Amino acid sequence: MAQTLSTLAYLVASVLFIMALRGLSNPETSRQGNLFGMVGMGIAVVATLLKPGMGAGGIAIVLLGLAIGGTIGTVLAQRIQMTSLPQLVAAFHSLVGMAAVFVAAAAFYAPESFGIGVPGNIKGASLVEMSLGLAIGAITFSGSVIAFAKLDGRMSGAPIIFKGQHMLNAALGALLLVLVIAFVATGSPVLFWLIALLSFALGFLLIIPIGGADMPVVVSMLNSYSGWAAAGIGFTIGNLLLIVTGALVGASGAILSYIMCKGMNRSIINVLLGGFGSDSGAAAGPGAGNADRAPVKAGSPEDAAYIMKNAQKIIIVPGYGMAVAQAQQVVREMADLLKKEGAEISYAIHPVAGRMPGHMNVLLAEANVPYDEVHELEEINAEFAEADVAYVIGANDVTNPAAKTDKTSAIYGMPILDVERAKTVFFVKRGMSSGYAGVENELFFRPNTMMLFGDAKKVTQQIVQSLQK
Amino acid sequence: MNPQQIAIEAASISDRAALLAEHARQLAEAAAPVAAAAEPFLLLLTIFLMACFVGYYVVWNVTPALHSPLMGVTNAISSVIVVGAILATGLSDSIAAKIFGFIAVTLAAVNIFGGFMVTRRMLAMFKKKGG
Repeated sequence: MAQTLSTLAYLVASVLFIMALRGLSNPETSRQGNLFGMVGMGIAVVATLLKPGMGAGGIAIVLLGLAIGGTIGTVLAQRIQMTSLPQLVAAFHSLVGMAAVFVAAAAFYAPESFGIGVPGNIKGASLVEMSLGLAIGAITFSGSVIAFAKLDGRMSGAPIIFKGQHMLNAALGALLLVLVIAFVATGSPVLFWLIALLSFALGFLLIIPIGGADMPVVVSMLNSYSGWAAAGIGFTIGNLLLIVTGALVGASGAILSYIMCKGMNRSIINVLLGGFGSDSGAAAGPGAGNADRAPVKAGSPEDAAYIMKNAQKIIIVPGYGMAVAQAQQVVREMADLLKKEGAEISYAIHPVAGRMPGHMNVLLAEANVPYDEVHELEEINAEFAEADVAYVIGANDVTNPAAKTDKTSAIYGMPILDVERAKTVFFVKRGMSSGYAGVENELFFRPNTMMLFGDAKKVTQQIVQSLQK
Repeated sequence: MNPQQIAIEAASISDRAALLAEHARQLAEAAAPVAAAAEPFLLLLTIFLMACFVGYYVVWNVTPALHSPLMGVTNAISSVIVVGAILATGLSDSIAAKIFGFIAVTLAAVNIFGGFMVTRRMLAMFKKKGG
């Protein structure tokens, strides 16, 4: 295929990718959008394979790689549980990062393939772009590996902090810059691999201080990095499609990181510096509150079933705890029964309810909850005042009114769901432990709150049984 | 001032002028490839910045309910880096480049197929009331 034709094909693929993202503005058009994305990728791959100068041997190797990788990817995508989606996405990000590193290496050892010079004498500008793609790719790789390990429970979600951490990172960052300058000046292979090694170390060090609760931001940020890495490689090899796609992905990840930060009222700097939150809050037994507080009112699932049976408007507030207890399905069964009793059911989702942006929506959709019953915080917050019941399951910090009133609280300023305005609030919880932020929820002590102590799935199952009687 | 002196000075001035002209020519020669190299780069940079803006506006339009599928799709399309990997594998005679290219193609393929497939699975679950 002539140069002009392949450039044209890349242009078509770029437009299809933009349309793939555009389709996601509505669940109805989203499936078509995903199809556009696949077609775009197909066009890009075929156009590249048909370029002049492609040897049969090379094409065979490429097809082999596509077949191996494609099989692994398809199997992973089919088998993964939706609760483990964040881990999978983090793992995928690491692969993009690693692929960027290898493409940079290939461009370094065979620059003539990309028209950027000959081995040992590559254009200075291309070396700058190459080292950028290489460094961002390597940081994306090792950062994503840590994010994967933390999300998958293979390493503790607790922040790993040591003295002089930020100084060390800053020093390594400066060293990286020096190495890049030296690499551009000399084009030395040793420096190329040193940049790769240092970037791997930097990606690792940048993510370890960030706690498990901040992983939604980290996953979005690494999503952004993987885009910038692709763009960097695009500049290196002068490819329009890589540049456009990299920019789209980079912008997307950056916006998601911003939305996640806003959902927690944290600045991105604050998240990146890390050290916030730990894996487990101090757990206390049921009923063990502050002595000077009003006593906690605990109820039975039967009480809850009775009150909800007579309720008109019920808002369910799911948090990640619900997903951990695998209670989505039974929550939907409860909602179905209550709908038969004449209640209006809706779901309220906080931006950071899951472990990645939009995670809770996917988990509810998987449990066959219709997406038009699921609402975002801004859409539904005013409706709590009219609700008879707010059923909070597996969520905690995102309902804590201290975020609005207590300036000393760690979560002050975070947007919260106004569940306290509902006539009755049910809290399904194992005990009185505080949430990720380690802040006690004063809602537990309100007169209109009833605690339902126990496992989220079991409690909801008992409610379902009472409703069926 | 005698004519001889004038002649000598004139000769030295003309020598200096010739030297300056030579310098100017060398500078122009040195600048030409820089200008030629800067132009495609500027073009790519323009495309890059425009694409950032397009991405910004398109992504703000994505409904928050579909942010996870958005990550799935962006994950898949960022693996368009496979284009670079294919070029390295197919166009180069260097064994190192072929090996690096092959690894990159395989890694990117995991992502392309995995990303699009997992997004498809997610999107298939989103159903309307009564649907």
